Amino acid sequence: MHREDFTMLDSDIVYFDNGATTLKPKCVVDSMVNYYTRHTSNIHRGDYDAAIKTNKLYDDTRKVVAKFINSDSDEVIFTSGTTMSINMVVFGYMEKVLNTGDEVLLTKSEHASNVLPWIKLAEKKGIVIKYMDLDEDYSLKLESVKKSITDKTKVISIAHVTNVIGDVRDIEGIGKICRDNSILFCVDGAQSVPHMKVDFKNSNIDFLSFSGHKMCGPTGVGCLILKKKYLDIMEPLCYGGGMNNYFEGDNSYELKKGVTKFEAGTPPIAEVIGLREAILYLDKIGIENIHKHEIELKKYLVKRLKDVPNIRIYNEKSDSGILAFNIEAVFAQDSSIYLNNYNIYVRAGNHCTKMLKDEIGVKNTVRVSMYLYNTKEDVDKLVDVLKKSEDIFKIVI
Amino acid sequence: MDNNLRREIILDNYQDPMNRGLIEDDSYLKVNTNSESCIDNLDFMMKIEDGIVKDIRFDGEACAISTSASSIMIRSLIGKKKEEVEVILDNYRKMINEEEYDSEVLGELNVYDEICKQPNRKNCALLPSVAIKEMLEEKDND
Repeated sequence: MHREDFTMLDSDIVYFDNGATTLKPKCVVDSMVNYYTRHTSNIHRGDYDAAIKTNKLYDDTRKVVAKFINSDSDEVIFTSGTTMSINMVVFGYMEKVLNTGDEVLLTKSEHASNVLPWIKLAEKKGIVIKYMDLDEDYSLKLESVKKSITDKTKVISIAHVTNVIGDVRDIEGIGKICRDNSILFCVDGAQSVPHMKVDFKNSNIDFLSFSGHKMCGPTGVGCLILKKKYLDIMEPLCYGGGMNNYFEGDNSYELKKGVTKFEAGTPPIAEVIGLREAILYLDKIGIENIHKHEIELKKYLVKRLKDVPNIRIYNEKSDSGILAFNIEAVFAQDSSIYLNNYNIYVRAGNHCTKMLKDEIGVKNTVRVSMYLYNTKEDVDKLVDVLKKSEDIFKIVI
Repeated sequence: MDNNLRREIILDNYQDPMNRGLIEDDSYLKVNTNSESCIDNLDFMMKIEDGIVKDIRFDGEACAISTSASSIMIRSLIGKKKEEVEVILDNYRKMINEEEYDSEVLGELNVYDEICKQPNRKNCALLPSVAIKEMLEEKDND
C-alpha cells in the first residue's frame, strides 16, 4: 500500500531490509527540505518568524510522539536513536541507582545496543546480568520471566519485538510482573513502535527507546520516553547550551528541569521535524493496519516458501513482518549477494544479535523484514528467485 | 581467464578448501579476522621455521570468496620464503585494489583479478591476506 509515496520504489527493487532502516515517504523528505530552504533557524532563542515556526514544529513533535505511543509530551526526550536512548538509561540512570550484586534480566536475542551498555555497567558497578530462558521457538514466555526473578532483580530490559526472530513479547504482561515486583522495565521499541501499537502507559514501561529512521523518519533522531519521576534523578550524558539555567565563575550551575536537560547543544532539528511528519504519516495509515498487513505478508511468505525445498526458516511462527532463513549449505552473505542480483534487498549477518547463535545454532541468517509498502508481488519475486537458487554460485562468483 | 574456469577454481576451493580446520599447536602464530564490511569471521594459524612458511590453516564462517581465497592463498604460500610471501601479498592487495601489480607472482590467485567489479566483495577477497600479513608482522615483532 501507498507505494506511490516512496520515490525509491520508482525503480524496480524489492526492499526487504526494513528492520535495518525504512524508506522515507516524500512528505517526510519535503518537510525537511522545507526547513532547510524556507525556515532554517535554531530553536529556543529566536524571535523572528522562521525561528518561531521551527520552534513550534519542534515542540509540537513531542505532542505527536506522545499521542502515538500514549505517554505525556513532557516524558519525550529526543535522542540520536535507540542506541543513544538505551545508553542514556544505563549510564545516566541505572549507574546512579543500581548497586553491586543487583540483577538485570536480558535475553540472548537482544540487539547489541541492549546488551553492551549493561556489560559495561557490570564492569563499572558489579551488577549481575542474567539471561532469561527462551522457549523452543525462541520466544520469551511469562513463566520464563517469572522464574528468572530473584529478590535481587532490579531491571528487566528487553526488545518488544526482537530484530532477527521477530517475536512479539507480551510487554503488558511483563510490565505487570515488573510492577508487582518493583522492577524497572526498559523496553527497546526499535522494531515494534514502527510496526504496531505500543502503549507506554498501559504497559507500565519505565523507559522506552526507539529510532525515527526505522519508522519512515530520518536517520539521526529517536526518542527516549520515560516516566516523569525519573527526570530529576537521571543525569544527562551531555552538557552544554540549552540544558542549563545558569553557571557561574565559582563553578556553581543549575540544569534545566524536565526533558530539555537531556538535549544539550543544537538538536537534530530537521530530523525532529521529519520524525513528526513520519508519525503523522503512519497515523494516517493506521498502525494497526500496518501490523495486520505485515502479518498477512509474512504468512503468505512462509506458505510460499514451503514449496522451496532447500530453505531453512528459523522463525516461522513469530507475529511480525520478520523472517530469518538460510539457503541450505549457502553462507548468508552469498545468499544476499545472489538476491541483490535480482534487485531484492535483504540483510545477511548476525544482525547485531551476536548471542542468538547460542539459541538457534547458527551465526548468520538472511533476514527479510517487511513494511507497509511491501506487497505479495514482492514476496512472489523473492520466492521465484529462491526457487532457482541451485544456480547461485554462477551468480555470486 | 575464462569465466567458467575462474568460477570452477573458486567453487572447488570453496566447497573443498585446503587446510580447513585448526590444530592444537603452540608453535603456530594465530589471528582472528572479521571484516567490518561483511560478516566473514575466520581464524588463521601459521607456522614459520627458518624464514620459510611451513604451514597455514584456517577455519570459521565465511562467504564463498573469503573461503576460496583463503584456500588458494594457503596453497600458494606454503613452502615459500617469508620475503616471497610478502611480495605475493603485496601484489595480491594491489590487484584487488586495482593498482599496478605483477600478475606473474600470483599464480592461481589471479582468479580474483575481476573481483573489483563487485566492490562489496573486495574485503572478502582481502581477508586471508590481511590475516597472514598480521601474523608476519607479529613474527617480526617477536
